[in-house]
Amino acid sequence: MNNRLKVLRAERDWSQSDLAERLAVSRQSVNAIETGKYDPSLPLAFRIAELFDLPIEAIFHSPGKA
Amino acid sequence: MARYKSPAIRRYVIRVAVLMSFYLVSLFAAVRLFRADAVSGPAAYALAVLPALPIIGVFWAVMRLLVEEPDEFIRLLHVRQSLIATGFCLTIMTVWEFLQNFDLVAPGNGGFGAASFWFVGLGVGALYNKLTLGTAASCA
Repeated sequence: MNNRLKVLRAERDWSQSDLAERLAVSRQSVNAIETGKYDPSLPLAFRIAELFDLPIEAIFHSPGKA
Repeated sequence: MARYKSPAIRRYVIRVAVLMSFYLVSLFAAVRLFRADAVSGPAAYALAVLPALPIIGVFWAVMRLLVEEPDEFIRLLHVRQSLIATGFCLTIMTVWEFLQNFDLVAPGNGGFGAASFWFVGLGVGALYNKLTLGTAASCA
């Protein structure tokens, strides 16, 4: 699933480790989500959305939409 | 870059270290006592099974890691690794069994039981995770 996590992180000048620490997950998790290798669970997606103060659909793009 | 280590992984490492220490001691004792013909009857059965208990304990430690790991992506890596290890072990043991059934290989296992292949399978699973997801987060 495509997402804007890397862009949002870069806008705040956060490293993957910084974001991982804020989300209380591993850096590997952040990297896997950013590269589209892993789709987060709904609770983690909500945590990400709340951290960036954005709705989930502003971060994660529906795979059904081109 | 710091390697991810949750409290669950720390507990797992401690559990495996303790279990492996017990395994080495129990195996050494069992081999010495059997070679000296020092045990017989029910005690022999108990002594023979003793080194198996820490191996079973390692299976338990891996399963506890799957339950206790708080990071969902790392947990996924461990689950995939364990499933690949199980498939690897079952495949090897099934092929080996049929080769033995038709007398194409010698009976017995030369000390390499199912657990040995499961642990090798954990390594195969870690490699598969590394190749497909870019990280291993190995529990092997």
